[in-house]
Amino acid sequence: MGKVLMKGNEAIALAAVKGGCDAFFGYPITPQNEIPEFLSKYMNEHGKVFVQAESEVAAINMVYGAAGSGVRAMTSSSSPGIALKQEGISYIAAAELPCLIVNVMRGGPGLGGIQPSQADYKQITRGGGNGDYQVIAFAPENLQETVDVVKESFEIADFYRNPVMIAVDGLIGQMMEPVDLDRPIRKRNLEEKKWATTGQSTGENRRIVTSIHLDPYDLERHSMKLFAKYQKIKENEQRYELINMKDAQFIIVAYGSMSRICRSSIELLSEQGIKVGMIRPITIWPYPKKAFDEIPASVKGILCAELSTGQMIDDVLISNNGRWKVNFFGRTGGVLPEPEEIVEAIKKMMGEV
Amino acid sequence: MNQIVYKKTKGLTDTELSYCPGCTHGIIHKLIGEILEELNVIDRSIGVASVGCSVFSYYYFNCDMQQAAHGRSCAVATGIKRSRPDSIVFTYQGDGDLGSIGIAEAIHAANRGENITVILANNAIYGMTGGQMAPTTLIGQKTTTSQAGRSEALHGLPMKISEIFAQIPKAAYVERVSLHNPQHVLKAKKALKKAFTYQMEKKGFTMIEFISTCPVNWGMTPNEALKWAKESMIEYFPLGVYKDSGDEHE
Repeated sequence: MGKVLMKGNEAIALAAVKGGCDAFFGYPITPQNEIPEFLSKYMNEHGKVFVQAESEVAAINMVYGAAGSGVRAMTSSSSPGIALKQEGISYIAAAELPCLIVNVMRGGPGLGGIQPSQADYKQITRGGGNGDYQVIAFAPENLQETVDVVKESFEIADFYRNPVMIAVDGLIGQMMEPVDLDRPIRKRNLEEKKWATTGQSTGENRRIVTSIHLDPYDLERHSMKLFAKYQKIKENEQRYELINMKDAQFIIVAYGSMSRICRSSIELLSEQGIKVGMIRPITIWPYPKKAFDEIPASVKGILCAELSTGQMIDDVLISNNGRWKVNFFGRTGGVLPEPEEIVEAIKKMMGEV
Repeated sequence: MNQIVYKKTKGLTDTELSYCPGCTHGIIHKLIGEILEELNVIDRSIGVASVGCSVFSYYYFNCDMQQAAHGRSCAVATGIKRSRPDSIVFTYQGDGDLGSIGIAEAIHAANRGENITVILANNAIYGMTGGQMAPTTLIGQKTTTSQAGRSEALHGLPMKISEIFAQIPKAAYVERVSLHNPQHVLKAKKALKKAFTYQMEKKGFTMIEFISTCPVNWGMTPNEALKWAKESMIEYFPLGVYKDSGDEHE
């Protein structure tokens, strides 16, 4: 197919289909509407499932039912809609159902705005639903990377029997970039879904999808089983990009649209003789803690840059573990900074170390 | 010569029911199991257990089962049925689960004409949580959250769920039945069979509302509860077929 120029949300929708999506359930919310709009036509024309649900709450529970029946199911939404889905996401994680959730993030809290934001980092990585659970979350920075991880998401979800979230900010959903939708993805060694309720079994072989464990010892066992899975994911699935690390004086940690802006800031700083590198998390859960062990001795400090008042900074501080000075730069509410603002933040830090 | 005149349906497992003595959930379970067996669909059925006393109903129905979040059974059933259109899909919900927290999911599943069967056990109370007021609690009925009795001024009138669903054009079959005597149990079974048959014929959304009892939370003996169901509940919730679009499709 080669490269085609596509709008982010439409590229996400097509990539999901290429990744094997059988069923989509969603509810309108800006700035992700092109995803359900595209799929409403595509899925029906290709004999697949598309349902516009009565609410985000219903949509995520339809995903539960479909994923529980063994098909590759997904939903998409944006920040306040994802808030509504959190209960269902907790149940899906508890019942160990694989699915894809696309979150085209906008500004909050409350109804907030519709401009790009990263203020849902904690909602995504700390779990907005109840209980000990985690969602595998990717935060790509451009359309090609987004398309690639969307296509791969069902493989990862099926492999771990866990929901996968693709968290892009509204900028990535709305912008156009050339993408190759046919790049190969890493295939996992997947087993048949012998747990799925396909409606073909009775007696001792019948299949049950549930999240209730009233006996505390039983629930503890189940939670520890999930915990062991999450540990495995933390060990195997951290993804990040290291940029300009050699001889760097400072390191920026940024993801998504913010990392794109920081790339320009790094060039500007380089022109002024200041060497700055970047850790760019591609997964925000599991957090790429390993990247911090690759920071060279030349580094004097770390700047965490986000489109929020400071949420990922907690993970930066944990990963940093007291090794370097850490400063924060953020714009929020849907405001995107100029590259010069990050240049200033680095220069300010130079005076402090 | 000995002859077997009655045996437990294959539609139910051998697991001991968790319901309180005298509660009518057991009868509804038996009827569903018998219908699944008689229609020969046990091995192509997927049931959805809801939140409430029937949360563990997945232990009892001898088919694949999913357990849904509170109120979300009809959304979960939609996801299942759309993904597995050849399976027989049913939900088992209480009046709190369907009539209160899950009313949107149920109404919209009906409005889309989802080809599923909804089994509603209406006992006019929240049973599992210990007897709180439900949307179907009768006027004057005392519950732990309406201790002076349900008041029209404070709480509004009990919701007539079958009547509401009968208004929905894509609802194919809606009937309210009771279990207060054997004659009505047999009638209820016929209604249930019709609903499942309609689903097999792809006629769309079907719902059977069972007037059910909760002796423990009503503070009655099982016999008193059946009498109260017959005298008080049926007076406010009249039995009968509220919607039958079967003929329209034939």
